[in-house]
Amino acid sequence: MTATVLAGTTGSAEAPRRSPRLGGLLTAISSNRKAMVGAVLLLVFTVLALAPQLFTSYHDPDAHAYDVGLPPSSSHWLGTTAFGQDIYAQLIYGTRQSLVIAVVVGGLATVVSVLIGVSAAYLGGISDHVLSAVTDIFLVVPTFPLIIVIAAYAGKGNLLVMMGVLVLTGWSYGARQLRAQALSLRNRDFLQSARVRGERRSYIIVFEMLPTMSSLILANFLGSALYAVLTAAGLQFIGLGDNSAMSWGTMLHWAQNNGALQTGQPLWVVAPGLCVALLGASFALLNYAFDEISNPALRPVRRTRAQRSAV
Amino acid sequence: MRFLLQRLGFFLLTLWAAITVNFLIPRLMPGDPAGAMMARFHGRLNPSAVQAMAIAFGVDTHTSLWTQYVEYLHNTVTGNFGTSLTYFPLSVSSQIAQAAPWTLGLIGVVTVLAFVGGTLIGTVSGWRRGGVVDSFLPPVFVVTSALPYFWVGMMLILFFSVWTNGALPNDGAYSLDAVPGLSFPFIADVLQHALLPALTILATSIGAWILTMRNNMVTVLAEDYVRMARAKGLSNRRIMYQYAARNAMLPNLAGFAMSLGFVVAGAILVEYVFNYPGLGYMLLNAVNNLDYPLMQALFLLITVAVLVAVLICDFLTAWLDPRARSAS
Repeated sequence: MTATVLAGTTGSAEAPRRSPRLGGLLTAISSNRKAMVGAVLLLVFTVLALAPQLFTSYHDPDAHAYDVGLPPSSSHWLGTTAFGQDIYAQLIYGTRQSLVIAVVVGGLATVVSVLIGVSAAYLGGISDHVLSAVTDIFLVVPTFPLIIVIAAYAGKGNLLVMMGVLVLTGWSYGARQLRAQALSLRNRDFLQSARVRGERRSYIIVFEMLPTMSSLILANFLGSALYAVLTAAGLQFIGLGDNSAMSWGTMLHWAQNNGALQTGQPLWVVAPGLCVALLGASFALLNYAFDEISNPALRPVRRTRAQRSAV
Repeated sequence: MRFLLQRLGFFLLTLWAAITVNFLIPRLMPGDPAGAMMARFHGRLNPSAVQAMAIAFGVDTHTSLWTQYVEYLHNTVTGNFGTSLTYFPLSVSSQIAQAAPWTLGLIGVVTVLAFVGGTLIGTVSGWRRGGVVDSFLPPVFVVTSALPYFWVGMMLILFFSVWTNGALPNDGAYSLDAVPGLSFPFIADVLQHALLPALTILATSIGAWILTMRNNMVTVLAEDYVRMARAKGLSNRRIMYQYAARNAMLPNLAGFAMSLGFVVAGAILVEYVFNYPGLGYMLLNAVNNLDYPLMQALFLLITVAVLVAVLICDFLTAWLDPRARSAS
């Protein structure tokens, strides 16, 4: 859903001239197996996040309502935790927070990268130097220890603080890529002609430059979303998330704290970790597939033989 | 030369930024976490140590911010990070010196191994387009690169330790009853304990290097100079390593510098999962005990380590790429 929503917004910005491209995107996804798998996974998680109550009959996954440490059975598909909570229900209800973090952080980080990357390239001169230096600093300073330190000071368990920090530390890679692409666009004819027409700077950037960069922006969104999913899960795992809210990382935190592996409750660890991995994989697969779509040289099979015989 | 000077300048700039951020964080936070910590210390420390900590955390309101900053810089540069709360009354520096070798030995070695190994496999995979390696590895590695490090570590513990009745150790850096020293049994014990955490980092980080290297190779192999090399009748080996791989490696090297932070994040969590007594494990302990002096010193140290690694990457780039050496 996230991918199509984002593609939808960029699509509408360029709607008057290039509406077929959204259709092209859908065709491209359906013809690439990696993209297809990624999109289906994302769709499933989106449905789970929107309507968790449809998929389980337990509607209070946090309640310590059942016997502790039950093995999987027909009433508890994945067993229960050491606190007597239904693992399957927790899993279903935990989807929402993970997905919201991914989409919100991915989206905001992308907005920041676009703002900084494109203005650095377009303004040039001293502003470019300053913005690029800031980007590079954010790029190489190891963000995870920084996040840990900030989270320790700011108090644990505040979702907004966590998302804010993730955005702050997640935009730099995209900004660098976008700056590079915007630089290569700067002197193209269609931008020159817009300048000659006397269009305003903001108009040129928003309506002329950004639409041509939409595939890279989309790739950035997917990359940032992946970063957000994994980093948030890591933070929740070490107990810096909201320990009373329902999320996969927090489930892993409690599982680790109760020695779930050593006490014969592997499902308590396997299931939420697998969900994090699958959500991450859906973003990664989509991202890689877009790479293949926009760079035909990377595509597998058919071209290979042609290339080999040519050599 | 100019390139190296530029990179050195950037290194210093970033270092300064990190040190300054470290100074500002405790001062910008709501409430008074540092003051609460100082209260816990009250009466247990000699006055000069209390004074040093007051400067480090901005509790001392008698001096101006600028004086505090200068004194903080001086303390940082001379390695005076104060006293650890967790390991009271030991100094932060002595604690860090104990943990650092474990992290360098495990994370450092494995990260370099993953990069070198991944780059080699990527080279071969890009060279043999459509071969067995090339057709089934990329999708696999796309998925492994999305796995959470710590969860992979937990799965390895489940498979190789819990389900096999403790075939491999999953806790700490060496057995509790081992006698530390340069003896063969002790070294074997240490290696055995390092196996699972090393495997975790290797399995989750190598995929990214393979994929990017493969993609770079594919792009480079289409270049004219590769065709030229073939036309000259050079051996495949020579074309592959000295013409294609050397050029394809450049973006990978830059990528290595950039994703090091991600590897460090994973390594911290892996140390936590395996109770490995390195810097990451110590950092999380410090956070749990609200041990701010230790926490901030560790953040600085990890940052410096990453920045040095980035600088090394820059030097390698200059060595591999004549353009970087000559151009501005």
